Amino acid sequence: MHRVTLFAGHYGSGKTNLAVNFALKLKNEGKRVVIADLDIVNPYFRTKDSAELLEKNGVEVVSPEFANSNVDLPALPSQLYGVVQNRERYAVLDIGGDDRGAYALGRFAPYILEENDFEMIFVANFRRPLTLSPEDALEVMKEIEAAGGIPFTGIVNNTNLGKLTEPETVLEGLELSKKLAKLCGLPVLYSSAERSVAEKINSDGIFPIDLQRKIFDL
Amino acid sequence: MAKVLMKGNEAVAEAAIRSGCRHYFGYPITPQTEIAAYMAKRMPKIGGTFLQAESEISAINMVYGVSSAGRRVMTSSSSPGVSLKQEGISYLAGSDLPALVVNVQRGGPGLGGIQPSQSDYFQATKGGGHGDYHLIVLAPASVQEMADLTAKAFDLSDKYRMPAMLLADGTIGQMMEPVELPPETDGNAVEKPWAVTGTENKREHNIINSLYLVPEQLEVKNLERYERYKTVEQNEVMFEEYMTEDCDVCVVAFGIAARVSKNAITAARAKGIKAGLIRPITLWPFPKDIIAKTAERVKGFVSVELSMGQMIDDIRLAESCKKPVALCSRVGGMIPSPDEVLKAVEDMEGGKF
Repeated sequence: MHRVTLFAGHYGSGKTNLAVNFALKLKNEGKRVVIADLDIVNPYFRTKDSAELLEKNGVEVVSPEFANSNVDLPALPSQLYGVVQNRERYAVLDIGGDDRGAYALGRFAPYILEENDFEMIFVANFRRPLTLSPEDALEVMKEIEAAGGIPFTGIVNNTNLGKLTEPETVLEGLELSKKLAKLCGLPVLYSSAERSVAEKINSDGIFPIDLQRKIFDL
Repeated sequence: MAKVLMKGNEAVAEAAIRSGCRHYFGYPITPQTEIAAYMAKRMPKIGGTFLQAESEISAINMVYGVSSAGRRVMTSSSSPGVSLKQEGISYLAGSDLPALVVNVQRGGPGLGGIQPSQSDYFQATKGGGHGDYHLIVLAPASVQEMADLTAKAFDLSDKYRMPAMLLADGTIGQMMEPVELPPETDGNAVEKPWAVTGTENKREHNIINSLYLVPEQLEVKNLERYERYKTVEQNEVMFEEYMTEDCDVCVVAFGIAARVSKNAITAARAKGIKAGLIRPITLWPFPKDIIAKTAERVKGFVSVELSMGQMIDDIRLAESCKKPVALCSRVGGMIPSPDEVLKAVEDMEGGKF
């Protein structure tokens, strides 16, 4: 178990949901956890939406001061230095989508690399239109690494179609993730899926995630 | 093609490309920037044009140019940017040019905010720019409809030679849902003999223009245009009815407000209140007839909007003020909750409005 876990990927790959669930899992295991929202790209639907749930469960949340407000300002909070420098807590970092989102990681990369106790996860969703193939995903991986300054160490298959996700969706994504793993020489760490789908697959390699219902979900 | 998971904004961009649109001009603004970002990635790969103009005004005039040449073209923005485009939109209407303008609305007025809103309803449906004209206005309520109605907007726009607007909001633009993309077309189904494509000395040259200095001629142009609008009103109205067969209270809502309303209607039905929903899909032409017909048998209407009450005027006009119409709204980037809509439905049911 590494002290710092970073989730990055194509935007819309499911990084935020995964990061939130992963932080809660660490907390349930009795660890001291902080989750940091480094997303400077996305104005809607982000870690801060789950702040109440996370804080109720004892997970510390660090997010941009202006997240989910009406200020469209790509500013990062100073507490982020604490997240990477204070090594007493487990840290989960939610990186913004694509290379543009990963630029924000650049200024914290030296601390993370120096400590050298991190897992940099590429979150793959092969049902996103611009990453339908392992080759497309590899291109995004390279762009993110170049922008964020931290090499990936593993892949998580989070292939999903929202509420239309079937076990096959996840398993097809797993095959494509394995092909991506071959292309980049990194392991597929596990798959993740919404809890009801994960239960249908019933395998040790699936991390079940819970999604928060929104008022306009049908 | 298998279903993919897309953001509403991406679905608009990909559907436009599949509808044969190869020219996009725009300027970034939250919450619609993904449309421009997607176009910037895709257009160069398919021989299309993506151009980030120096302003919204310049982008809409580039749209005018491409449309004059008979090609499918679009621009997109969010509320403040769409205000900037109004002069150009009026010129498009005055020159009888097709085009797609996408407005992923945010809170206003002024610079407002970046969270969702529906407060550009008047601007979209009542003109917006100067002069007598209408846009075809389509209001998607899902990512699937962002794709489908983009394709539909291009078709209607070409067919009636008038600009169309896709009126979404920040939430629909940003949310992710599975979507089946529309089929690929070349976008040339409608002949455009009026386009300025070069005469090759074989015909009289075409002129695209909105300037008519002889009042008699300008009047004729306006009258002709309004004859065409009448045909659109007769043929192109689109709406969805949800649990209206036996309803006592009829909610009217479009876009994101309609989704929240459906959850409220489920809750109302669980309490024994017969509530239903009419969801306008075309905001212009507005579904007047179904509202007039429904007014005959309901206690009243509830207009659910992310504005201070704009569509409510069209509901009252459509039902000739026969039944009460209450407003349930949140503004400034807020979305009414299902509980707030339920309360308004209960009040109407109980005669409190």
